[in-house]
Amino acid sequence: MTLATLPTRRDEAWRYADMDGLARLGVAALDQWQAIDVPAGESVTRCLVVGSDAPELHRFRVTLGEGATAAFFVTNAGGDYTRVEVEVRLAKGAHFEFGGVTIGGAGVTREFVTQVVHAEPEATSNQTVRAVHWAGATGNFLGEIKVARHAQKTDAAQDFKGLLLEAGASANAVPQLEIFADDVKCAHGATVGALEEAARFYMMARGLDPATAQRLLVQAFIGDAFVALEDEAERETLLDAALAALEGAKL
Amino acid sequence: MLEITNLHASVGDKPILKGLTLSVPAGEVHAIMGPNGAGKSTLSNVLGGKPGYEVTAGSVTFRGEDLLALEPHERAAKGLFLGFQYPVEIPGVSNVQFLRESLNAQRKARGEEPLSGGEFLKLAKDKAGLLKMDMEMLKRQVNVGFSGGEKKRAEMVQMGILDPAFAVLDETDSGLDIDALRIVGAGINAIMRAPDKAVLLITHYQRLLDVVKPDKVSILAGGRIVETGGPELALRLEAEGYDAVMA
Repeated sequence: MTLATLPTRRDEAWRYADMDGLARLGVAALDQWQAIDVPAGESVTRCLVVGSDAPELHRFRVTLGEGATAAFFVTNAGGDYTRVEVEVRLAKGAHFEFGGVTIGGAGVTREFVTQVVHAEPEATSNQTVRAVHWAGATGNFLGEIKVARHAQKTDAAQDFKGLLLEAGASANAVPQLEIFADDVKCAHGATVGALEEAARFYMMARGLDPATAQRLLVQAFIGDAFVALEDEAERETLLDAALAALEGAKL
Repeated sequence: MLEITNLHASVGDKPILKGLTLSVPAGEVHAIMGPNGAGKSTLSNVLGGKPGYEVTAGSVTFRGEDLLALEPHERAAKGLFLGFQYPVEIPGVSNVQFLRESLNAQRKARGEEPLSGGEFLKLAKDKAGLLKMDMEMLKRQVNVGFSGGEKKRAEMVQMGILDPAFAVLDETDSGLDIDALRIVGAGINAIMRAPDKAVLLITHYQRLLDVVKPDKVSILAGGRIVETGGPELALRLEAEGYDAVMA
């Protein structure tokens, strides 16, 4: 199916999007889905750094067979509008892991949009998103979890934390849970705050300049998103890309 | 080494320090005692450069330089160490990373070569041993999950690693049991008792002063130093209380 027109802000999934950025992307970009099928018992890990100077949209459609695992880890940075979408369908006993960081200033909008469908029993999913913004930028996490009627013993978790380095930046968390089974665990949490001044002063009192203190605190903050990634080199790549985006941020 | 002259400081609109004058030469341990609300913590925060504390009059000279003109990290690089009454937890940052970056930032500011990972670990192990602290604790996150006493001991390990010329220790003895108090006191002596170093020791109790024998004791009350004497002044305070001694 080809979409004839661009979505509007009236579409729930595009409510906080940068419509100008989307227009620059063009309607054709909306049709580009990457399909990932993980057969029963197998596992796939994808690490992605989004960070060019053009608008970017990445859409993944993931199907997990019985007992299969998919893990996505994304640093969402760059110079323009960026949006990463993942739709996942989990069969019995499958696991989906998602760790994402949105980071940026200069008025940009960054988004993660996930739809996790627990279609069968005993599947698990865990999503950890951290957003660090300043200078009028916005970080969005729209996370939908759907649990089918017979998908008992589903265990789904979603955790969002936003760190705003100055007034005027924003973070939006939109958890949507649609649960039709009765014996499930679905947890979600969202907090947004500023950098802890006490920690910053403590670090400066030990000799760290303000930029280094901020970098260490941001590194600790976003680290949660990549804890589940075992490959240390990949983890470094994602963290370094995020911290590089922090250069020039408001102190 | 540290010259405080007629220092006035406010928090918000509230004046706390009201003309504090104090001189601490090299080689001296100077204890500050005083009732609650006298301005002891404000003094240490003003010396450390904590945001929110406004100096409205007076001066502080540290090793011949205007201390108040420097940012907190610049004060640290000049050799000032602030021991916190309530050490801050920093989740996600290990002690080892924090202290190595801190030490190397100070060394860089002083034009010295950074320590390598190996050199730093050797130094950290040495100083942790001095405070009888397990190296494993230094690999953990900064102060996270530490007991009150462990936090204070960790402060002293930090002081040992950073090796400052001047330490302002704000109630480092609070929250310590008797054994920990002896260890921390001995640590202060080992790290800071030297002809070219000095300590401003803020405390409520004689117990720490039994271990870290101060050269001078001052009473801070109402935002100023009201009396200065030798170690016997602390003993009199302990025996008679502030009201009697200041009367």
